Formats: sequence, structure tokens, C-alpha cells
Amino acid sequence: MTIQFNEETFRDDYSFRNSDWAIKRFPFPFHEDSYMYSVNMEQHRGGPEGSVYEKRFDVDEHYVSEMRDRAIVLADDPLRCQSLPHMTLAGWDTLELIMVSKSEDYPDLFELHRDGDRWRWINKPMGIDHTFTFLDETTLPCGPLEYITRQAQGDYAVLDQRNDMLYMDAGMITTQADWSLDFDIGMDFFEWHAPVPLAHEMGIFKRALKFLLNVQQGAPARRLNWTMTVNPLLDTSPENYHKWGVQKSTLTPQNIGSKQHLRVELQTFYRLPRSNALLFPIRCYLIAFQDIVTIPKWGRRLHRVIRDLPEELATYKGFIDNRPMMLDYLSQYDDGLPTSPGVWPDLDTEPPLQK
Amino acid sequence: MSKFQFPESIRSRPVYGTLEPRPGKAHLMIADAEGAEALLDLAAQDAAIFRAAHIIYIPKDTGDTYVDRLKALEPAQFYVGPTYEASVQRIRRVLSDAHMGLQVYLAGTEGLMGQAQNEAMTAGIPHSAIQTEHRGSVARRMQCVHCKGITEDVMTDPFVCSHCGLNLFVRDHYSRRLAAFQGVCVDAEDPGNVPEPVELYK
Repeated sequence: MTIQFNEETFRDDYSFRNSDWAIKRFPFPFHEDSYMYSVNMEQHRGGPEGSVYEKRFDVDEHYVSEMRDRAIVLADDPLRCQSLPHMTLAGWDTLELIMVSKSEDYPDLFELHRDGDRWRWINKPMGIDHTFTFLDETTLPCGPLEYITRQAQGDYAVLDQRNDMLYMDAGMITTQADWSLDFDIGMDFFEWHAPVPLAHEMGIFKRALKFLLNVQQGAPARRLNWTMTVNPLLDTSPENYHKWGVQKSTLTPQNIGSKQHLRVELQTFYRLPRSNALLFPIRCYLIAFQDIVTIPKWGRRLHRVIRDLPEELATYKGFIDNRPMMLDYLSQYDDGLPTSPGVWPDLDTEPPLQK
Repeated sequence: MSKFQFPESIRSRPVYGTLEPRPGKAHLMIADAEGAEALLDLAAQDAAIFRAAHIIYIPKDTGDTYVDRLKALEPAQFYVGPTYEASVQRIRRVLSDAHMGLQVYLAGTEGLMGQAQNEAMTAGIPHSAIQTEHRGSVARRMQCVHCKGITEDVMTDPFVCSHCGLNLFVRDHYSRRLAAFQGVCVDAEDPGNVPEPVELYK
């Protein structure tokens, strides 16, 4: 196998680590030294070799451990995966899209053999070899959406499209940035985004909705979003907030480099063929501050972005109290030199830290 | 005065209107407490629709204040129930028997309107076709996002979840499917530091 899968945890002892490979390919979300909301959509048609954008559904060193973490979350709270009754077909669409993409993009890891409706799916990293009948739920151990998303990194929201609107009608949500599928299921696009500050007034959601309603089959789109998480905790759910919220107050100037993580979501959007639903994968990547600053350009830029972020956004993203400590840490890695445009690390062209 | 103008809020928070008579073959009216006043105002606009009306009324702490006046409207069917929960089976039966041309009017507290709207939606009536008018208490029906338990008639922010005992703050984020606002632990980041409860909209 081409990828060495990490043996690691996203809870308790937090043994999650990024290798040098994972650090260099991290989807750093800031293309300039400041940040404000934007629709920032682009086509999801691959990307530079080795980048997280290259494949349709990126598989990395955290795959097996992330799937183990998802199984723990689901055992604790089965409501994290739900599908309204009319969304089963979209679940099959999702299963097909992920199986076909993974088997084509990672033929050494995944195989799909189709003989009419008789499908054989082989997932080597997870040790699965399963034959089932496509569109026959009785041949799977659970619904099609749950079945395949127990084997695919990232959260999956499945949006029904009707009346020129998108509805959050199904999903597998275990690595979320503090929103509840169980509470939001059935809501329309504006309702489930209701708690987001500023963006409604800026017209962001109206434009985003217009774009998303027009995503066509075979022409997926993508964008990045980001927030902050203390400890590499995937399950930052509102359901468990009373358990993990207290971790935010454990940061100290000594541990902030290893404990504070930038959390980036690679959001992609796929039109599904039979249901005409929109599949919305939300893939979470975590990186410790001490790993970000090994890339001089990213260290300089992250300091400037966090320093200049409007207060409402720092509050909404949940790190307003820790911002001063973050800035104390990050300022050590900002020597005031200009940064090159774009998100890439540019290790060969950007100067090392001049401090 | 039982009318309260809610301040503008986020997109998931319901907004309520003023009931108006609409042409229909049948009229289902569900109200609690001061919601009766909205039905009386409706009758003042068009008393004739009450000849084909089914009123389901839960007086709550208003007792007999409105019962006789509602009865005097001579609705085709008139039911007074002790609690919303007690009336649910009846509401479901009425909705399952409903035909095209049924008008639905909801009046009173947010909890009553939300739950009755949910029943009507389950029966296939789009929420946008259901009229609502808020009257009376601004108490909220809250779901604890942690234990999922519902606490009825919440009057303060923060409040104590009646199921798991956590101290929850009152969000404006609202789920029509649950007919409830979201309550989230208020002292998660600083356990024990619970602000003094403040009455809603005071």
C-alpha cells in the first residue's frame, strides 16, 4: 500500500500526529494575509499531484483511525447519522459515487466489481470484502449512506433540492464544527445557516445558494472553511460540548504549540444522478500550531489573519478568549516580511524566519 | 395586552402573523391560553367561518376566562383540553380525516403553535399554508442539545434542563421538526460559572 496509516486517537490521550508529508500537503486556507467571508467556490477537478485536492475523495494517513473514531461516536449517539425517508435513493447515489471514485483513484486500496446489480466492494485498509445488491437495502448491514460513510473520511450532508431551495435532509455528521444534524435535519439552506454572523447581511448565503442549485452532474465544486480546535478532537459536536468545551481553558503559553489546532474543512459539492440531491462532503483536516509554523510563509500569515480577524468572527469561531495567547505564540513566527500570494507553502522561494 | 412584538432575529426563528379568515371548506383552529383572543378577533372579521370550524382549545392558566366566549361563536365542534399532550391524538385524527380546502389557524404560545404546526406538516400541509398568531406568554419550548430532552414553558435564560440538569442558555436557533429552540450548556468552558437567570425579553 502506498499510504502508511497512522495508529492514533482523536480523544483521551490524543495521539493524533501529522507526518511531514501531511504537514506539507495541509490545505492551508488563507490565500492572503487577511480573511473575510466569501463564497470562494472553484471547480473540484483535481489539483497538484499529492495535494488534498488531487482526488475526488482524499484518503490520507489518518483514514483508518478516523473511521475508528467515527464508529465510537456512532455507538455513543446513533442520531449522528440520519436520513429522512425520501432520501434513501440519494444514499445509494452517494454509495455509488464514493465507491466508484475511490476504486478508480486508489486502485491499490479499493476495488469495485460490478456485475449488473451484483456489486463486490473491497476496502483493503479496513479489511472489508462485501458483496451486495445495488439498490437493495436488505443486502447491506445498515442504510447505504451510513454504510459507505463509515468508510469515508469527513462528514457528509445530503441536501435535497426542491422549490429552488436546498434542504438538509440526510447526513453522517461526526466531525462537525459545532452544529447538530439531529437539530438541523429538515431545515432549508438559510435556516441551518441562521446562527452564522455577518454572512447573511453580506449576501453570502444568497449567492452561495444560487451557485449550489446550479451544480451539474460531473462538475463538482469545492471551497475551504476553517475554525480553531483545542486538542485534535474530531467530534466537536454541540451534543458533547458540555464535555469538550472545558478543554478550551487548558491552553497555556507552554502547551499552545502542540494543543492548539487549526481546523480546516475541505467542502465539496456533487450533484447526484438519480435523486438530483446535492452531496456535500465536509472533510476535516487538523494541524497543530507548532506544525504550521514549520512552514515560514504560513507562520507569518496565520499570525496576521488571526490578529486582524473581526471580533464577531473570532467569537463565532469560539476562540475569542484564547486569541491573545494565540497571538503571543504566533507573533514569534512573524518577522514582518511580505508573503507570496496563494495558499501553497512555497518552501523553495519563501525566506526562512528572520528572527 | 397579550400581543408581543418579537424583535427581529435569525432566519431559523419563526415569525408569526395575524389570523385572517380565508375561504375554506373546513377550519381547524388550535389555540392555548390568550390565543383565544386571536380567535375572537378572527370571529369579529368573519363569524360565518365558525359554522365549519373545529376549535381545539387548551386554556392553561387562563382557566374559564375565554371558554364561554369561544363557545358563543358556535363552532361546529368545540373541544377544551387540559393539556396539549392530551389533545394530540384528537388533532392527529382531525388532520388524517382532513380534505382539500382545510384551513389551519394556530394561536397562542410558541410551544403550542410549533407542535400543532408540526402535526399539520406531518399530515402533508406545507408550513407556509398554516396561519399563526402569537398571543400570551413568551415562554419557549426548549430542546437540550446534550440529552435531547424537551423542557416546556422556559421563561428564563439560562435555565436548568428538566431532564439532565445542565444549565442551558436559550438560543434563537429553532427546529420546526422538533418544534423547539436549542438549549446549549452555558458553563461548559468554565464549569460552575452560571450567569444569573434573566426573564426572556425583559
